[in-house]
Amino acid sequence: MIFVTVGSQLPFDRFIAPVAAWARAQTTCDIYFQHGGTTVDLSGFEHAAFVTPDEAAKLFERAHVVVAHVGMGTILTCLELGKPIIVFPRKASLGETRNEHQSASARSLESRAGFFVAWDESELHALLERISTLSGGTRVSSDASPELIDAVRSFIHDA
Amino acid sequence: MSAPSPRPMRRVLAISSRGGHWTQLRRLKTAFDGCDITWASTDANLAREVAPARFVCIPEASRWDRVRLVWSMICVLVLVLRVRPHAIVSTGAAPGFLALRIGSLIGAKTLWIDSFANAEELSLSGRKAALFADLTLTQWAHLGAPLEVKSGAKTSRAKGSAYYAGAVA
Repeated sequence: MIFVTVGSQLPFDRFIAPVAAWARAQTTCDIYFQHGGTTVDLSGFEHAAFVTPDEAAKLFERAHVVVAHVGMGTILTCLELGKPIIVFPRKASLGETRNEHQSASARSLESRAGFFVAWDESELHALLERISTLSGGTRVSSDASPELIDAVRSFIHDA
Repeated sequence: MSAPSPRPMRRVLAISSRGGHWTQLRRLKTAFDGCDITWASTDANLAREVAPARFVCIPEASRWDRVRLVWSMICVLVLVLRVRPHAIVSTGAAPGFLALRIGSLIGAKTLWIDSFANAEELSLSGRKAALFADLTLTQWAHLGAPLEVKSGAKTSRAKGSAYYAGAVA
């Protein structure tokens, strides 16, 4: 199953539309869209504007690949589960988010195993075309780095 | 019989918005072992992720919506006054910033951890938090000075600066 998600705040039709078009062109496609409220026709596909954290957890478990905006919750969940993720950054210049942090995050994480960045619609299409060959990195622990945990602990306990 | 502890258990408030900020906050869970921890976020469904620990749901707030911001401020104010935390830890965004601001006024130690998403510059909230918070951490080494963690020793830190001590992933 392919889990497509745009996060809990805003729709992202510049992303949903090409993914839906690609899915329609496949003979069979097990795909779920969490779209945040879309004008794209998703009839015939499983979809919802928003999902609860519990529903999201089940969808992440079911998914073989996640296709998403550059949302940190989504990315961290994929790293924890070792699932491959294709990301498509929102652009502030197109009113899709408030600043360009999604592109910055994508650039910074691009070297990680299992993390694939589509910088434009054609790269998104190319990645979708080889989606069955994508594999995830090794699962990361559900804890932050030991150094950060130590820093937080010392901060709390030191006078 | 256990030996008397040197001081009472630390009350800690860990607070963030739902979504990515919460995912990052939740990854700090083990740092709160041995503390009297209260979690707070903007979606009641998140309680089970930290159960059986105490969880408080607060209204969503954004810098951009005045009315909701005021309502959220009141709820966060009540939360901070009720918990009376020794320390407050936030990974953002608006509700965490408010909690740190209020906490710093009532003598709580305040820690802002800028989102992992801010890989090229500190967020606006992070830059503001650095001016009053006891410690502001970035999760990217090139955005902060290395943090020296010396247990028991007070290290002097420059206000307005961000430090680096690792990341949530």
